[in-house]
Amino acid sequence: MMQLQCPWCGRRPENEFHCGGTTAIVRPPIDCSDEVWGNYLFFRKNPKGLHAERWRHTFGCGQWFNIVRDTVTHEVGAVYGITEAQPRAVDP
Amino acid sequence: MSGYRLAAPHGAWIDRSRALRFDFNGVDVKGFAGDTVASALLGQGIGHIGRSFKLHRPRGIFSCGLEEPTGLVDIGVGRYRTPNTRATDIAAADGMTAKTGNAWPSLGLDLAAINNKFAALMPAGFYYKTFMWPDWHLFEPAIRRMAGLGVAADGPDPDRYDEVSQQVEVLVIGAGAAGMQAALSAAQSGRQVLLLDSGPRPGGWLASQSLRSEANSQQRLDELTRLVAAAGVSLRVNCTVLGLYDHQLAVALETVNDGTVRERLWKIRAERIILATGAIERPMLFPDNDRPGVMLASAVERYATHFGVACGKRIVISTACDSGYDVAASLNAAGIEVAAIVDSRETNGRAAPMGVKVFLDSSIVAVSGSRAINSVTVAANRGGDAQAIAADCVASAGGWTPAVNLHSMAGGKLRWNDVASMFVPDLPLKGIESVGACAGAFELELALEHADATGRGNATPAPVGGLGIVPARNTPTLAALSTLGRRPGKIFVDLQNDVSADDVELAARENYRSVEHLKRYTTMGMATDQGKTSNINALVLMGELTERKPAEVGTTKFRPPVKPVTLNALAAGRTGERYRPLKRMPGHAWHETHGGLFEEFGGWLRPAAYCQNSEEVIPAAEREALHVRTHVGIFEGSPLGKIEIYGPDAAAFLDLMYVGTMSTLAIGQARYGLLLREDGVIFDDGIVARLGEQHFWINTTSGGVDRVALAFEEWQQCEYANHRVLITPVTSSWGNVTVSGPKAWKLLAAAGFDESLAPPNMKHMTMREVAYGGVKIRLMRASFSGELGYEINLPALHTQSLLQRLSEVGREFDAKPYGIEALMVLRTEKGFLHLGADTDGTTLPGDVGMDRGIAKKAANFVGRRSLLRPVALDADRMQLVGLLPADRTSRLPTGAHIVTKNPPAPIDGFVTSSAYSGVLGMPVALAMLKRGFARIGETVTLYHLGRTLRAEVVKTPFFDPKGERLEG
Repeated sequence: MMQLQCPWCGRRPENEFHCGGTTAIVRPPIDCSDEVWGNYLFFRKNPKGLHAERWRHTFGCGQWFNIVRDTVTHEVGAVYGITEAQPRAVDP
Repeated sequence: MSGYRLAAPHGAWIDRSRALRFDFNGVDVKGFAGDTVASALLGQGIGHIGRSFKLHRPRGIFSCGLEEPTGLVDIGVGRYRTPNTRATDIAAADGMTAKTGNAWPSLGLDLAAINNKFAALMPAGFYYKTFMWPDWHLFEPAIRRMAGLGVAADGPDPDRYDEVSQQVEVLVIGAGAAGMQAALSAAQSGRQVLLLDSGPRPGGWLASQSLRSEANSQQRLDELTRLVAAAGVSLRVNCTVLGLYDHQLAVALETVNDGTVRERLWKIRAERIILATGAIERPMLFPDNDRPGVMLASAVERYATHFGVACGKRIVISTACDSGYDVAASLNAAGIEVAAIVDSRETNGRAAPMGVKVFLDSSIVAVSGSRAINSVTVAANRGGDAQAIAADCVASAGGWTPAVNLHSMAGGKLRWNDVASMFVPDLPLKGIESVGACAGAFELELALEHADATGRGNATPAPVGGLGIVPARNTPTLAALSTLGRRPGKIFVDLQNDVSADDVELAARENYRSVEHLKRYTTMGMATDQGKTSNINALVLMGELTERKPAEVGTTKFRPPVKPVTLNALAAGRTGERYRPLKRMPGHAWHETHGGLFEEFGGWLRPAAYCQNSEEVIPAAEREALHVRTHVGIFEGSPLGKIEIYGPDAAAFLDLMYVGTMSTLAIGQARYGLLLREDGVIFDDGIVARLGEQHFWINTTSGGVDRVALAFEEWQQCEYANHRVLITPVTSSWGNVTVSGPKAWKLLAAAGFDESLAPPNMKHMTMREVAYGGVKIRLMRASFSGELGYEINLPALHTQSLLQRLSEVGREFDAKPYGIEALMVLRTEKGFLHLGADTDGTTLPGDVGMDRGIAKKAANFVGRRSLLRPVALDADRMQLVGLLPADRTSRLPTGAHIVTKNPPAPIDGFVTSSAYSGVLGMPVALAMLKRGFARIGETVTLYHLGRTLRAEVVKTPFFDPKGERLEG
């Protein structure tokens, strides 16, 4: 079980959080093609290595936030606001 | 084997003033406080403990710790029985019962031992190869009876278990010399330190050296123990770390047995973890090396130092490592006769004690005796004459295997050390370092220096070494074996799983290369000991046979738990009702007094029905439903999901969430709405009421409120962050009492509700905030039954008294409570959707006729685009329709398939809800049916469990299609 740094509550165990998967996926407009919509709905990269993802501190402040996590080592690099852009050159 | 108890003062861990006795297979065993089950058995000369897994060969105690492969016993009787427990890891207790698991009819006369006679016919993969035809399942029951180990408990475990979470700065695992030093140094540099040890006392290897006076170990140990305590290190013994998990989380099992709690599970989060788990001795391999009496040399030494037990009267040491000589010195000092040292190497690094004969460059080639040893045969590795030596115990010292399990579990890599023939941790991990023997550091002074530096946070590479040169190969040469002049006995690599050197060879011959495949094919390294004493020997052997170095063969993956763990310890009391505690409604007691039959619905304990006399649930529900249609019913709907939405953008936000438009609601007005996932599938429904310009009240399904609130929050925070909205789930703060039926208002009026709330004054689908009896309530006119209905939302703590008052006033109107099952009858009669029953993970709004008005809506609500995907526009989609039995009497079972030809064949649809309608006098059902809306009036065939039924497709609602009854 990992520990995550909630920007509001500090370092807390993983079971207080809910993972929302890949972050910053842009929602296509309603007039997009079926293919674009299908990619938005169903296709994710699932990288081995760094992954920008969103989490919610469900059993805490209830706030969503973003992290960059290494899916191999579970090391967490950047932690940033849900509407913020991913910091560049993150090296966990 | 003829072990005996040494005279006092031998046995540093036992208290000779506190005698105890326990039962082993009906034999009265005497021991002392501090004994393990194994030490007491050995002290009484009992060496034959069990029968092996597959071949039913006699087996004894092999080790002195949790690596034990063969000394397995079932402890306790009946519900208290714990099977396959290591006798070496269990403290002996007065009055306990220990029993051999796998012997029938008895340990002495094991009829299945005939398997041993046919051992040659049962090589690796025997089961896979033999019992393939016609079907493995034909043979499985008999094989399961023959194989296997202990017997499970008879019933639920009555013992109590406990779980504690803990945070520390530094966690040191293993309280041997290196672990104590690391803990001490960390504490001295200001860290908060927790030190764990799996044994009953600290000391590890150092504690087992106290018999050799030259080692000065006792003084060093006493000094370290004193300093560790003085530095404020907290020490917890009998506590084994089972696994390491992400971000330095250690899970440990503490054996407590304090009369209240049996075992305690610790979840320890540390900033730094220092592993000091020591090493496990690697046995020598020779023919019949599985006989009771063949033991690890370090174990023989520990039984003498800790428990004052001599494992035999004449001991032969078989070694390929200098530590065998240290054991000889210890045993000599305790007055135990060492008959000989058989060293497979050409030169020894240390001298043997005076008078002990040393056979260099030699191996044991035979062991005579079955349930006990009476002699061993020794031969030179070059061949020549074999020589028999009388002995009742063989102490086997083939080198050491650092206990790298935890390092490896945490993701650490291993490196093969050619000199000492062992795997050691490669680079340290972030926050996890290894010290002492588990890091490959066997030279005490260097190991302590390294542990000190590590404890202070100055990690340096571990000083690997200290064992001299240890050969990888642990088996006798062919030349030595040929001196026997007969076929040598079986050489066992894995004692627990009866895997022999021949089995490994067979696997190699059959082209198994991966050590993981070797494990699964031969079962080597499986079961309770996970190959702690066998894995290295097996992979060395595999390497030899396939001409690869051990580093190339590699190890199997280490996985938690390090030792077997009671399932109940992991559950830690979360069993039975505590496994998933059910929520109780605020009016629970009222339902009890009214005879409610409670069942679980979506995590809540709710009355299914209120059965009268010996009534069954379904007839009771039908009676209750009919009563609502004719009189008035009282229902508690407190679990109904409730969320409040506030903010200047609340209306716009709800337009984005719901299929329907909520921004056009006038204050006080309410509207039914459907919620979709982004893929268009219906995931919840309920009523939205507007309480103010910027304030909405939302009802969701009882089971769905958490996921609705979660989805709202996710959309608000992540996608529509510019919408100023607060989302507040309030389900448990509000009770909900629903009054339904033609006399609903009469009842409320009699109970003192204001005339302004009467049906003509308060319209259907409106909500009012009013005071009733001095309590602020939110009253909604809505109906899931089709009758005049009032939903009274009020502060939860007043629910009970409102129910009480309504039932008292209601006597005049024959008001009766109704349960969930009656509600289901009522809503089925009305054709109202029940999420999860009539819908599944594929249902779109159009399938249930709820896509009207979407085209005209402005907001790009969640899931909208998905309703335009080809799959959503498929003309063949199933649609929700009503079904009536063609004969108007047969019930249509839920789940029945609508078919066009006899199964197996693709289906046309299925029944989703079914009820007997008392008011209509016939059964009714809802079904999903392909192109259903266009098939009204058709007769279809239903197939259910071999039976066929005919049904007519009809429009819903079945009852009161014009909705005239809503006004009472």
